[in-house]
Amino acid sequence: MATRSDERMVRVGTVRGLFQRAEIGAVIGAVAVWTFFAVVTPQNWISVTGVARILDPASTLGIMAIAVALLMIGGEFDLSTGVMTGTTGLIAGLLSTRMGVHLWAAMLVALIFALAVGYLNGLMVVRTRLPSFIVTLATFFVLRGANVGVTRLVTEQVYIGGIDRAVGFAEARAFFNIGIDLGGVEFRSAIIWWVLIIIIASWVLLRTKYGNWIFATGGDPIGARNLGVPASRVKISLFMTTAVAAWLVGMMNIVRLRSAVSSQGIGQEFVYIISAVIGGCLLTGGYGSVIGASVGAIIFGMAQVGIVFAGWDTDWFYSFLGVMLLVAVLVNNYTRRRAEQISVAAAKARTEKG
Amino acid sequence: MAEPLLQLCHVTKLFGSVIALSDVSVAVYAGEVTCLLGDNGAGKSTLIKILSGVYQPTEGDFIFEGEKVTFNSPREAMARGIATVYQDLSLVPLMPVWRNFFLGAEPEKGWGPFRRCDMIFAQCTVRQELAKMGIDIRDPDQPVGTLSGGERQSLAIARAVYFGAKVLILDEPTAALGVKQAGIVLHYIVRARQQGLGVIFITHNPNHAWPVGDRFIILHRGRVLGDYRKGQVSQEELINLMAGGEDLVRLQREMAALLEQPTGLDLCASG
Repeated sequence: MATRSDERMVRVGTVRGLFQRAEIGAVIGAVAVWTFFAVVTPQNWISVTGVARILDPASTLGIMAIAVALLMIGGEFDLSTGVMTGTTGLIAGLLSTRMGVHLWAAMLVALIFALAVGYLNGLMVVRTRLPSFIVTLATFFVLRGANVGVTRLVTEQVYIGGIDRAVGFAEARAFFNIGIDLGGVEFRSAIIWWVLIIIIASWVLLRTKYGNWIFATGGDPIGARNLGVPASRVKISLFMTTAVAAWLVGMMNIVRLRSAVSSQGIGQEFVYIISAVIGGCLLTGGYGSVIGASVGAIIFGMAQVGIVFAGWDTDWFYSFLGVMLLVAVLVNNYTRRRAEQISVAAAKARTEKG
Repeated sequence: MAEPLLQLCHVTKLFGSVIALSDVSVAVYAGEVTCLLGDNGAGKSTLIKILSGVYQPTEGDFIFEGEKVTFNSPREAMARGIATVYQDLSLVPLMPVWRNFFLGAEPEKGWGPFRRCDMIFAQCTVRQELAKMGIDIRDPDQPVGTLSGGERQSLAIARAVYFGAKVLILDEPTAALGVKQAGIVLHYIVRARQQGLGVIFITHNPNHAWPVGDRFIILHRGRVLGDYRKGQVSQEELINLMAGGEDLVRLQREMAALLEQPTGLDLCASG
């Protein structure tokens, strides 16, 4: 018995090393992208300003990527996340500028709306057992249409301006997203939100029973149910979490831009998913990491800013996105298969010995 | 004889016009292994699901610890101490051993919003509980996917025993396993029996049931074809009964006839 367990120790160590580092691919990718731009455009890149510029888009993207990663670990997708950042912004904007509602109250209404849509997304997925891809694609189109339709109906434009004239704007801005001067460089306060959310989400995922339930719901929903995990409730909660994250980012956008555009957020849902996948989330669910998704978001921040710094056409951003996605999925796939092969080999070796 | 721990009395289960089980009576005693044998379609799955609280019987009584009970969900049955280890084991391969072990019943510490899993307790407990079963886990943090089939099966059994199961229902635990791995699992079935649990061992393999069973119940086409104590029946009789006796004899005759016929294919080549 003793010799057998020694035998096992080495093998398990290898497998464990591969399995437990969901974020390793993202970290390597981040270092590679950073080095790449450091070589191409060193003088702007390697500076405090460079860091602040990278973290600016990375923060809001990271908040979304974390929520999307949790949902993906729980085994579902949400394609309505991007457009939801626009919808919530438009709701708050319309109510506060056209109907004179206090901005905080308008934001609260937007939050309730987001929660309701998240709940419905989750409920439809759980009840119909349709792929969440389809259900939330429908939500995406409904919201996309409504965003333009309602905005044009009320304002006769596709744009809501003057949110800064709403009651309570200054406080909302200070709360959600304000520039903070650190040694002459402006950092966005959204970064603080992001870091807080990383800590909380990571803690929930890895240290609480809810995290355990999320992994199990994505990894094996039937097994999880058999053991008394409320898998449906977990899924619905995760859809509501992504909707709340979209609301938070939507509020950050409107207080920063002082306006809301009806096309806001369209196409972003894929950026969130890609960040989560680069961060190690498996498309099949049950595996992934909050830190990884955040690093994925940093990679996008770097690409977005780096392309500008290098003086290239920003159109190339999306091509970069495609390449990153492909590389990330290939790496994840390879890692998992490698781990599976090792585990099969280890099991075989043990059976033969036993 | 002591009172049975669990009893089904004249249970019938209908799905629309389909009779899945008809007038089935089963008694399970503590510290005994009750083997439920049956071919595919005999009604084993339906019976397990009634025992584990997934289905409710259309007719007949479910008596547990001398009391008539109705379970509306597996959770209710589990709360009373009826644990089911399903064929798929309800283990999540990508999750660590300790997370799987405590899934759905995580030990917690801390207060209010800071309630969290007690990871150290969980990891130590898993190691201890598996050691009791004779499995030496190197690292409770290793994913379940890296365990062998027999170890996984045993992990699922250990989990049920740890969480206070009085009745342990094992759904075809040896079906997908090789001879050696199946041996490991049979070993743990005996251990669970020694701990005083009532074990219900569902299988279609009489060779696995024979060495561990105290009682053999044969299901055939939704009916109880036979209910024997160990010693009342031989292994051969068991095999015959399981396949529906007559059917097996007919099958043997048919096969013999088939082999005598000259065909293009050499059926005998592989032995």
